[in-house]
Amino acid sequence: MPDGVGSGPSAIRLVWVYPDLLSTYGDRGNLLVLARRARLRGIGVEIAEVNSDQRVPVDGDIYLLGGGEDLPQVLAARRLRAGGGLAAAAGRGAVVFAVCAGYQIIGTEFGGAEGEPVPGLGLLDLRSGRGQRRGVGEITADVDPALDVERLTGFENHQGTTVRGPGVKPLATVLTGVGNGDGTEGAYSGRVLGTYLHGPALVRNPGLADLLLRWVAGTLPAIDPRQEELVLNLRRERLAAQPG
Amino acid sequence: MSTLGPLDPSRSGLPLRARLATTVGGAAGRASRLAGRGDGSVIGGIIGLRLQPDLLSLLARGRRIVLVTGTNGKTTTTRLITAALGTLGQQIASNAFGANMEAGLVSALAKAPDATMAVLEVDEKHMPAMLEATGARDRGIVTLLNLSRDQMDRAAEIWLLARRWRAALAGAPDCRVIANADDPLVAWAAGQARRVTWVAAGQRWHDDSWCCPNCGSHLQRDGDDWHCGECPNRRPPVSWVLADDEVIDPTGRSRPLDLTLPGRANRSNAVVALAVADVFGVGVAQALSAIRPVQSVAGRYTQVDRRGCALRLLLAKNPAGWLEALDILAPAPVPVMLAVNAQGPDGKDTSWLWDVDYRRLRGRQVFVGGERKLDLAVRLEADEVTFRIVSTVDEAVDLARSPSMDVLANYTAFQQIRALLGRTA
Repeated sequence: MPDGVGSGPSAIRLVWVYPDLLSTYGDRGNLLVLARRARLRGIGVEIAEVNSDQRVPVDGDIYLLGGGEDLPQVLAARRLRAGGGLAAAAGRGAVVFAVCAGYQIIGTEFGGAEGEPVPGLGLLDLRSGRGQRRGVGEITADVDPALDVERLTGFENHQGTTVRGPGVKPLATVLTGVGNGDGTEGAYSGRVLGTYLHGPALVRNPGLADLLLRWVAGTLPAIDPRQEELVLNLRRERLAAQPG
Repeated sequence: MSTLGPLDPSRSGLPLRARLATTVGGAAGRASRLAGRGDGSVIGGIIGLRLQPDLLSLLARGRRIVLVTGTNGKTTTTRLITAALGTLGQQIASNAFGANMEAGLVSALAKAPDATMAVLEVDEKHMPAMLEATGARDRGIVTLLNLSRDQMDRAAEIWLLARRWRAALAGAPDCRVIANADDPLVAWAAGQARRVTWVAAGQRWHDDSWCCPNCGSHLQRDGDDWHCGECPNRRPPVSWVLADDEVIDPTGRSRPLDLTLPGRANRSNAVVALAVADVFGVGVAQALSAIRPVQSVAGRYTQVDRRGCALRLLLAKNPAGWLEALDILAPAPVPVMLAVNAQGPDGKDTSWLWDVDYRRLRGRQVFVGGERKLDLAVRLEADEVTFRIVSTVDEAVDLARSPSMDVLANYTAFQQIRALLGRTA
């Protein structure tokens, strides 16, 4: 099913994992942003959308996991664990970018529909549970300086809290919003990265999209500023709308 | 806009306090309307409910109740059912302008004290509570149109919503349910109801029902038919069918719909309305004669002349709605203006823009407006649609220099445009 547009031997292979279960609200945006930012640099892209009745290929470069309701989240975790493709890909160094329910799934454990512990994929040493209140609204957070990514702006809509084990770093420090629940937001280790910014998290954070592309393709050529103007205006507008 | 009829405080059967509540509520509604704050239907209901918390039950007592719910098409279907039942010559209470929570229902019933029937659209989340409060659970009719992602920052997750509908209807054996069999979530929600009329009303948007709501397995689809590969859940046998532009009734007879309202979604709404009308003994031909002339519903599909440009106003609030609305746009070269806001009623999260496929707008003249025009612009850019950003409809009209233009907007953006264009819209 690869949708080869400008693909070649060096094309980046994007794998959208389980859009039938993990695509709640605009998750396709992350796929489109990565594809666009690669193509604007002359890098080819191959896209595979893999539903939960299909095998997750192990030879992808970037794997995307989106958000989902409780029941689909539990199903997705069960099928991903049974299939083993995503864990194998991560094991050989592929990039994994997971948002919201997907972020919880890549951890060791998360809370199911009734709060019962459900085993995750264990790609990151994280445990997620249910917090006291739902975090719904705009979120801004400053990214770990080691990653060289500008301030995050996005929308969160979750009731999860996430605790990191040793060896897993927080992605960012929360300025406004809830994030992991302890003042941090998201997590990463190696090339596996998760965040509570839900849906099209990469749209307003092109720097984060470029980080994922850089992990695959190394140093990236600059993008024509005219192609960046709108998204930078959107970033400015959204950040200006947030206190802090 | 609606006019509040004179209230009859002596409406038989209402306790004194409820009579006072409807009178005070009605007066507040009139005051609110005179002050230019909407059609006054909500404030009146809120005040009435404060004085008499069970006012809705009291007002609904003794009437035949039809509830209409679902993510999209509630207001239009409510209007079409009201039109069809209107052929019976009786007064009908209805919240025709979309005030679909408890206060709006109270107001609609209070305005029409002598109506023996009520056709009420109900917010999806409030359906179980309104099923109880209006007494529709015992002798009424509930119409389930569709379920898809909508305003996720304030609405319930839809699998959860389907589960709540299912429980409510399982506990209402005397309620008559009219449900869309082509939407797996709706079919599952109505699956334990005792008396269901299944309608093949179609489903354009599949992205919220790839998996079986019963067991989670991947659903197998073949056209509109669907079944689960793992459990017995499958599309129920239907008695009413929307087949392209025709309706097939339970006797197997097909007739052209010939609606004035555009689009597949409205044909779907019309077939559901025909199935409801049938329960009241209104035949298909009779119901169609009343449904066909309906040409705009609470401003939707209205044509307005603006500086020599014939604007057609289209409302869509979520991905499934936008998918249907993009289908009914006038073909190129008619220009299109898209406008998006993210106020409370719209949902403050614009993520849904990324669930809509805009590629069919490539090569067309497109204008982008609304308070979140930058979000929309970035979205269109990713789909390689060229566009111009505008501040107002008038700016788009001036730039387009076209005899006509379609304007597609989400909720508050639509209301702002209507306000700008004046009462004619």
